[in-house]
Amino acid sequence: MKTDKKMLDRILNEYACDKLKMIAIMQDIQKELRYLPEDALIYVAEKIGVSKSEIFGVATFYGNFSLEPKGKYVIKCCDGTACHVRKSEGVQKALNSETGTTPDSKNSADGLFTVERVYCLGACGLAPVCTVNDEVYAAMTPEKVHELIVSLKEAENA
Amino acid sequence: MKITSREELTRVREKFQKALALQKKKILVCAGSGCVASGSLNVYNQFKEALEARGLKVAVALEEEPHDQSVGLKKSGCHGYCEIGPLVRIEPFGWLYIRVKPEDCEEIIEKTILGDEPVERLLYKENGKTYAQQDDIPFYQQQTKVVLKNCGRINAESVEEYLAAGGYKALEKALFDMTPEEIISEIDNSVLRGRGGGGFPAGKKWSQVAAHKEAPVKYIVCNGDEGDPGAFMDCSVMEGDPHRMIEGMIIAGIACGAEEGYIYVRAEYPLAVERLQMAIKSDEEYGILGDNIFGSGKNFHLHISRGAGAFVCGEGSALTASIESKRGMPRTKPPRTVDQGLFAAPTVLNNVETYANVSNIIENGSEWYRTIGTENNFGTKTFALTGNIKRTGLIEVPMGTTLRHIIFDIGGGMKNGNFKSVQIGGPSGGCLTEEHLDLPLDFDSLKAVGAIIGSGGLVVMGDDTCMVEIARFFMHFSKKESCGKCTTCREGIPDMLSILERITKGEGEMEDLDKLRKIAKTVQVCSLCGLGKTATNPVMSTLQNFEDEYIAHVRDKRCPAGVCKSLTHIEIQPENCIGCGKCEKGCPGEAIFATENLTPRGLKIREIDQAKCLHCGACIPVCPKKAIQEV
Repeated sequence: MKTDKKMLDRILNEYACDKLKMIAIMQDIQKELRYLPEDALIYVAEKIGVSKSEIFGVATFYGNFSLEPKGKYVIKCCDGTACHVRKSEGVQKALNSETGTTPDSKNSADGLFTVERVYCLGACGLAPVCTVNDEVYAAMTPEKVHELIVSLKEAENA
Repeated sequence: MKITSREELTRVREKFQKALALQKKKILVCAGSGCVASGSLNVYNQFKEALEARGLKVAVALEEEPHDQSVGLKKSGCHGYCEIGPLVRIEPFGWLYIRVKPEDCEEIIEKTILGDEPVERLLYKENGKTYAQQDDIPFYQQQTKVVLKNCGRINAESVEEYLAAGGYKALEKALFDMTPEEIISEIDNSVLRGRGGGGFPAGKKWSQVAAHKEAPVKYIVCNGDEGDPGAFMDCSVMEGDPHRMIEGMIIAGIACGAEEGYIYVRAEYPLAVERLQMAIKSDEEYGILGDNIFGSGKNFHLHISRGAGAFVCGEGSALTASIESKRGMPRTKPPRTVDQGLFAAPTVLNNVETYANVSNIIENGSEWYRTIGTENNFGTKTFALTGNIKRTGLIEVPMGTTLRHIIFDIGGGMKNGNFKSVQIGGPSGGCLTEEHLDLPLDFDSLKAVGAIIGSGGLVVMGDDTCMVEIARFFMHFSKKESCGKCTTCREGIPDMLSILERITKGEGEMEDLDKLRKIAKTVQVCSLCGLGKTATNPVMSTLQNFEDEYIAHVRDKRCPAGVCKSLTHIEIQPENCIGCGKCEKGCPGEAIFATENLTPRGLKIREIDQAKCLHCGACIPVCPKKAIQEV
């Protein structure tokens, strides 16, 4: 198995392999790896005593779980009603074009960025907003997106 | 240090009140999501550094032993007016500083903390008037704060300050002066209705759960899965005054004989999770949560369950399934949650704001509560006021306040353009128009016009918003969030979405409107849960209130708001063109050309070749005469 078993065991032990804590276990694994590898899910299913179909059923039901690796910077572009009315569409487009992603292919080729469209981050007073690894950027415009992505890329090269 | 008796609680509270009173000056830096995003934590740190550099004693926490005069520095909850953040409130003056930057801290300390004078340039200004007092600012002046009264006024991370502000007095009363039956009848008499959407009386739910006397385990569950896009009221309560909500949950536990509680928080609210974790930890240390609360013999344990990104989990049975780590899919009722909820045990399920109302009702009595609001809709309601409006933010008003008052007095009216519609109640709600502006906002009046209060998101839209596109937007949302259990919801919503997409592209036909109505009706009648039953409301309400816009798209192939790209084109108004040619140079599609027509000064008037136009809009901002427009 490719995934670090020690890490999985540590997380499983924290929740005493309780199948009622399956979602919390998966959230902690995803926090470590930024996604849920298939072998990890199969391992967890065995340990907590649920079927593979059950754990995959839950993992694919919830929007926050990803079965594919995510980029180093996960950018969530809010398209909640308040952001939508304040023209978040342009921000989303700019994020896609600046990072080389599309609404369907959310990861950039260099593995640096994942751009997701989400509904409401709860910062409607500052609409339109986006977050980079949970840090909020307020009152976004396509110009500000450009600056943001450039600065992230620069930080990466430095 | 555990508090083990009522007398000790009084002593501890008095001690903290004394300690708080000794802080002659207090700096409250807003640490709600909005202000944090605007950089308020840097401001907080700068204050701390600058105060210490001057040798001033900084009191971050209320110390157990009251000490001499020092400056209190606190991270407060959301003040509501997020747009002008980071916000800093200075007490005892009640002054509010807006858009504060770290470099302003030195001046604030010099002038205000040491010199008792306001820093003029950081005060709120509107229409030539400067407001020093926070409470005088038009946005705040017209609100009634009950649920949010501590938000922005106390340290959101300190149970000591909550105690000093009179917190857990209601819990004390419920534990020592009231029987469970008396608590329930007080809540019942207050007609506290669930703030999460349905408006079901909380007292009824509580008494139904309390009636299960034989049940070995019962649960108190708080729905903090505020999924409606455009709503962040519960987020602000969880972040800004977490103990108020926890107090309501413990009281519910005592009333219903439940000893276990769960708070289900949306994954998108990391700060709320953090504050709640801190709050629960400190409550456990003081013996407010756990076994034998204040020596009363009553127990209550509280857990946090984080959501994983599914809107449907706001529905009761889906939410409890999610806490049990299952797919969050609603089930048929009955059995109802009050009979078989979490882990198949009797469960009280209310949302954040509902629990946050409880302590006020218990402490001040239901008769007091009934003096606020309108008949059968007592108390206040928080709303998230957003969209195309001058002042956006979190507000709290008595039930029955009119939309006109909220939008034009508190919100200050439109930011640009004219008022067209207000969307209320999120994806389950509807779009109301001018004629509904004088409607009292309460559960019953809104139901009568086909909308719901929902959790309380108010998104104001002007004439630059296309209502067909808004309907499409909500169908897109609901399609993504449908759990897939019921065929009507799973298949009907995507059908409606594809029709709406056709219409916004100018490919719609007149019979599409009837088709939309028919499918909507089927989805509404045949779906199991609240999501499916109400998902078509945005389409139905826009079809009813803005049919002319649909017809313009379908018959005239025109988008009156100029939003739907396929139906708009960019034009140069020849009478305003000065022939400078800037647009032609900047056009990436080489679609702009010089005509033979001349301006009064003899330069060639430009025109756009619509066949070549890429619709990028690059030409619009470069025109010095604003002669290029999207029509």
